[in-house]
Amino acid sequence: MSQAPKQKYETVIGLEVHLQLDTATKIFCGCANKFGEAPNTLTCPVCLGLPGSLPVVNEKALEYAIKVGLALNCTINPFVKFDRKNYFYPDCPKAYQISQYDFPICRQGYLMIETAEGEPKKVRINRAHLEEDAGKLIHDDAHNCSLVDYNRTGTPLMEIVTEPDLRSADEAYRYLQDLKLTLSYLGVSDCDMEKGSLRCDANISIRPMGEQKLGTKTELKNMNSFKAVKAGLEHEIGRHFAMLESGQSIVQETRLWDEARGRTFTMRSKEEAHDYRYFPEPDLVPLMLDNITVEKVKASLPELPMQKRERLMQRYQLAAYDANILVQDPVLAALFEQCAARYADTKKICNWINGPLMKELNERKTPAATIGLTAENLADLIKRVDEGVLSNLAGKDVLTFMIDTGQSVDTIIKEKGLAQVSDDSALEKIVAEILQEHQDIADQIRAGKESAVGFLVGQAMRKTQGKANPKKIGEIIKKTLSQ
Amino acid sequence: MELHALTAHELLGLIQEKKIAPKEILDAVRERIQTIDKDVKAYIRLNESRPDPGPCPIPIGIKDNMCMVDQETTCGSHILEGFKAPYDATVIDKLKRSGAMLIGNTNMDEFAMGSSTENSFFGATRNPWGLDRVPGGSSGGSAAAVAADEAIWAIGSDTGGSIRQPASFCGVVGLKPTYGRVSRYGLIAFASSLDQIGPIAKDVTDCALLLNIIAGYDNLDSTSVDLPVPDYTKALKKDVKGLKIGIPKEYFVEGLDPQVKDAVRAAVKVLEDKGARFEDVSLPHTEYGIATYYIIATSEASSNLARYDGVQYGIRELAQKVRKSPLLDMYDETRDIGFGPEVKRRIMLGTYSLSSGYYDAYYLKGLKVRTLIKNDFDKLFKDFDALIGPTSPTTAFKIGDRVNDPLSMYLSDIYTVSANLSGIPALSVPCGFSKEKLPIGLQIMAKPFDEEMLFRIAYAYEQSAQWHKQKPKL
Repeated sequence: MSQAPKQKYETVIGLEVHLQLDTATKIFCGCANKFGEAPNTLTCPVCLGLPGSLPVVNEKALEYAIKVGLALNCTINPFVKFDRKNYFYPDCPKAYQISQYDFPICRQGYLMIETAEGEPKKVRINRAHLEEDAGKLIHDDAHNCSLVDYNRTGTPLMEIVTEPDLRSADEAYRYLQDLKLTLSYLGVSDCDMEKGSLRCDANISIRPMGEQKLGTKTELKNMNSFKAVKAGLEHEIGRHFAMLESGQSIVQETRLWDEARGRTFTMRSKEEAHDYRYFPEPDLVPLMLDNITVEKVKASLPELPMQKRERLMQRYQLAAYDANILVQDPVLAALFEQCAARYADTKKICNWINGPLMKELNERKTPAATIGLTAENLADLIKRVDEGVLSNLAGKDVLTFMIDTGQSVDTIIKEKGLAQVSDDSALEKIVAEILQEHQDIADQIRAGKESAVGFLVGQAMRKTQGKANPKKIGEIIKKTLSQ
Repeated sequence: MELHALTAHELLGLIQEKKIAPKEILDAVRERIQTIDKDVKAYIRLNESRPDPGPCPIPIGIKDNMCMVDQETTCGSHILEGFKAPYDATVIDKLKRSGAMLIGNTNMDEFAMGSSTENSFFGATRNPWGLDRVPGGSSGGSAAAVAADEAIWAIGSDTGGSIRQPASFCGVVGLKPTYGRVSRYGLIAFASSLDQIGPIAKDVTDCALLLNIIAGYDNLDSTSVDLPVPDYTKALKKDVKGLKIGIPKEYFVEGLDPQVKDAVRAAVKVLEDKGARFEDVSLPHTEYGIATYYIIATSEASSNLARYDGVQYGIRELAQKVRKSPLLDMYDETRDIGFGPEVKRRIMLGTYSLSSGYYDAYYLKGLKVRTLIKNDFDKLFKDFDALIGPTSPTTAFKIGDRVNDPLSMYLSDIYTVSANLSGIPALSVPCGFSKEKLPIGLQIMAKPFDEEMLFRIAYAYEQSAQWHKQKPKL
């Protein structure tokens, strides 16, 4: 199905993101908060919901929640109160989830994103609250039973809910990307959708262009990657469009995205929706956050991606494109800034970082933080290329060695013999050889076909394993043939 | 010398003087249980182990709703049969450290829901003062065990009167401490915002000694309060001269047994003679207490008891044939056979009160009235040191009399629920007998964390009245 044509319908999307917080221990007990351990090894009476056990709030989780709220420009509610959300399911051992209902810790914020057209857009955050994660059910078809792993039970979760401000699947995707980036700057979560540390549900409706009233919405779940969110939403928008176009009406319901089949299907109807019977959690007394606590967290916030982007553009005269790439990884951005302190041409630094360095990192699949490359070495490398000591090509080889060994540019040049050959007599000798080997090309150049010079330069570079100075080679070729 | 008939402070004195060995006390109490528990049925199960006696080797009965390692805890319910907690409740931990001898799980109304201990899956406990009478509830097993000398001390829990009303019915001393004074960690919850663990003892001194052991802040219970624990026995020595005590007029209205009324009036006279000043006062929202209590308690209970679903522990019952789904059928079947009728009634009441569309009219309104009830007390405690009245409107009723009339059963808590709703401490001390020779209890209430005031008044009264010296004939 195709996407709803922009001219006829407007798409309205709101996202609910569940974010696991990377605290050392769980939200209401002292169990380790870790992924990938043997099932049911990270449990205690509290997270198992055993009779008589009681929750105690993890202050770190509270601090992280405040961090997220501040980074999303939210108002922090100083009155922290928890509520019980009641439902029966085997992954929920108390048969209620401790969550926040009428007093979420964060409300009324926003995140700035950039649309496909490059326009800034404010996506409003309605609320973000703290709650506990449920256990994990594993369905064993072979034995016709379900197994529960309670390791995940009690992992601190934040639910971040937007207003229905997103107007396309692509905007939703961009919001998620920027949200993830912001959260990764805060260091509160690894935001890995595949691991489930970031999960996303969406509310979708479409309405005729210009209409104020929202159309009937469906809720979409089970989108387990950023790509799946985009694909699932696109498909669901298309389904709404097709339904309305063919005169049918949308049924309010919860649907699941089936990645393999590339379609959505009904999970439960509105009538089957739960009555969660929220009420204040009597086991946790409400607490009042003082201003000092919030101010302290505020002071601990790092520079956020949008601020960094603005600053890089202004201070280093970077193009939006280059700044955008740099802010994706705070380590690279820092490398850039340290380099810029040693070397003036910031555009050139960007080209090295966003070009060959990113290519190397992608090929190795290693994060920038783990490599041995220092800003000093990178700045020196660029200088040597400028000075003509290294060709561009040899420079890239040097970069590879630098990443591996952390050695300085001069050490590598010396050890690998990568210094560019600029000595005239040596180059003249190479040119003579090339011309000898490619007499036909030489004739063409003599006949006026200047563009063929490039081919001979390339041959010379190959012969010298990139060490020749290509500019000089070209000059010598032309000089020789014009004699 | 019948050791089982002595109090804890008497026994500790004898041990100190090296007149008896701790082992003798335990043996005496166990023998007493062997002899008479077939009649009283105070215990659900006994702990056969013989721990090394510590500095305070007093045999103590534990209500069947506190978690203990290696010992089954069932809350008097079928649904928890077989459940052994992998951890000790904080109170249990404190008792073990003190060296107290945990001799068994005392009977209780299922999940502490009841006022007669008839709602136990394991059968009713009988009142030692009349075996055809209820011992009160829900801590009826604990109160009966202490009254019958089957334990020197006992631990109960009080959500709406579950320590004080059975203490009153059985002629022993029972205290509901201030909410937050004793850790609830390991107490299997009925209604979390009302539940409080407390001591049941043969006299006021023993009650103070036991509170000394179990009170205190616990970082595993966010609702416990970080205040220093005084030595409560020090409060016993202070007299009541000049204390200003209020008598709430709402506690002396229709439904109050004249014999109970007379006994309470007589007790007031005793304290007056000792120099306390009395004044009639009003707690204007008293009449809403029972309704408010049953909305809040059942709402919390409906959520607290939802975890008993057959998945992790206790019994599991599978359906004969699939009706909804194997999982939902298991929930239904397990809860259907696992819970008794009173528990089901309260789960339904609470579920209704919390349901969307009814929340504001019931639960939310209940919370508001709760605040009004608390305000009544706050106001009075600005001027008064304590309040005094009957613990329960009647003496122990006959077994079976009220089982089919839940409302009349609920009314036996009419004077006790307010202390839970407002969080204040309250104590029941024996103040006489009816002509059928059934005990009557006097309830004393004080401001939050002023348990010392309760002990001070109760001890002064007890020493004059001497009711605690009387024993049931068994």
